[in-house]
Amino acid sequence: MSDLSPWLEVVLRAVAVLAAFLVLPLLVGQTEHKVMAHMQGRLGPMYAGGFHGWAQLVADGVKFVQKEDITPARADRWVFRLAPFVALIPYLVALAVIPLSPRVVGADVDASVVLVLAVIGVGIIGTLMAGWASANKYSLLGAMRAAAQLVSYELPMVLAVASVALAAGTLSLVGIAEAWNPWWLVWQLPGAVVFLVAALAELQRPPFDMPLADSEIVFGAFTEYTGLRFAFFLLAEYAGIVVMSLLFAVLYLGGWSGPLEEWLGWLWTLLKGFLVAVVVIWLRVSWPRMREDQLQRLAWMWLVPMALFQLALTAVGVVVHP
Amino acid sequence: MADGMLPGLVKGLATTARSLTRHTHTAEYPDVSPALPPRSRGVIALTEENCTSCMLCARECPDWCIYIDSHKEELPPTTPGGRARQRNVLDRFAIDFSLCMYCGICIEVCPFDALHWSPEFEYAELDIRDLLHEKDRLGAWMATVPAPPALDPGSADPAEVTAAAKPPRGSAGVAGAAGGTRGAGAAARPARVRREATSATAVPAPEAEQTRVMPAAAGRTASQPAAEQSALLPPADGAQAEEAADQASAQGDSTQVLPTVSTDEERE
Repeated sequence: MSDLSPWLEVVLRAVAVLAAFLVLPLLVGQTEHKVMAHMQGRLGPMYAGGFHGWAQLVADGVKFVQKEDITPARADRWVFRLAPFVALIPYLVALAVIPLSPRVVGADVDASVVLVLAVIGVGIIGTLMAGWASANKYSLLGAMRAAAQLVSYELPMVLAVASVALAAGTLSLVGIAEAWNPWWLVWQLPGAVVFLVAALAELQRPPFDMPLADSEIVFGAFTEYTGLRFAFFLLAEYAGIVVMSLLFAVLYLGGWSGPLEEWLGWLWTLLKGFLVAVVVIWLRVSWPRMREDQLQRLAWMWLVPMALFQLALTAVGVVVHP
Repeated sequence: MADGMLPGLVKGLATTARSLTRHTHTAEYPDVSPALPPRSRGVIALTEENCTSCMLCARECPDWCIYIDSHKEELPPTTPGGRARQRNVLDRFAIDFSLCMYCGICIEVCPFDALHWSPEFEYAELDIRDLLHEKDRLGAWMATVPAPPALDPGSADPAEVTAAAKPPRGSAGVAGAAGGTRGAGAAARPARVRREATSATAVPAPEAEQTRVMPAAAGRTASQPAAEQSALLPPADGAQAEEAADQASAQGDSTQVLPTVSTDEERE
């Protein structure tokens, strides 16, 4: 791409990232429809699109577009309307810097690990804005739970990623994946578990969906949203799964390392990320929702100590076997 | 973490993974029609020819959802100097399936096998008033009525077989008329078949049963099975018995009217 003019290259890369941002979450969503259905002895969508309901999410999108866009009378209008985009766009930025292979990456940034972690935390601001602006007590409760969850789980997640960065000796995602070798599967295992659990909590996916908890607080911060804005929140959730799964694949599973990685590297990253996404779906289907206090307890009494232990283990490993 | 939590989490994962590999339970109904069990109660079908407008079904119906209209028709005498007869003609037979509770009492009480259960169930309507179905629609459902289940080995002959084997009573004209009505009813449904008897000893069982129930008939002879049959089953053929009685009184033949009496006389 280096022989193209810089402006054309920027546009091409942006379009490619946007396409991935629109297609990959739908793929994960459809996988969730089907995997969840079969895990529960059902068939899932079977009609939309003809073959096993492959176009179900496209149909859902068309339905969302047709719905009325309601803003509650007492809502904080601008904040209410802006919130879905604040929730959605950080994941778009994060997806741009996650490499599928050393060459297939939207934007190669030096300290991309820091950028990804910083940007993902911004997404929760969208939920907070939505909860505050809705003028609805359930929304506010949901937003507060989301904020509390972010504060609790951001710490173990950052510690786990810090351990990987320490092991690789770089803050670049490409550099980390290049430094990866199969021994990391054992060496970084506690950190990987901590990262996966914390990622689930950040995404507010079951069993950590207290901020949504439809049986308690209707649908949390998203209660008052309709139509396309609600669809953006849903898209943000699935884009979040894509980002977290790819991040896990790059950090802990070696990203593009595999047979024929010169040409098929991007495919290996995508496949590994897809497997992680299936695990995320599997956990959702299998486990019940945690209570708010259990959720905080898990973060502070188990994940933070585990992440600190991993950090110490990595430090010892780096010093002893540089 | 509490004791037993980790095994519980693993067990949950194992359970969902196992169901993922197994067949689903979803009934793909509009695409695949369901396998209904025998004697499914889908809808009530009517054989119009068998109905005599006796109103038993309409009277026994717990929620009064059967509507019957009929009028009497006079038939000219079949023999010169005979009496003109009246016959009920069915004008309307309707079942309101918005009221019907599918108890099947009407089918149970019908003495002439005019009503039958059909497994057909796809007759939903958008308006509840459209669920009142007249006799043409009820008659169309007769095509979906399955053949009755086979009788148990060693059971008595089916009633329709016994009746068909019965020699005609009185004059040939009356018997022919009676056979005509019966034939129309029998043609509407296939006749029942009996399963093969499992052992030879099972066959005489119905004979012994009859002897125990009706001690007065113990001394019957093989030459009079038909007369006994009519004594055992008078209510099923009320109209025919009446006709037979008329015929018998005209001819002065007492054995036709009171077969059991004649048996006793013979025994003594």
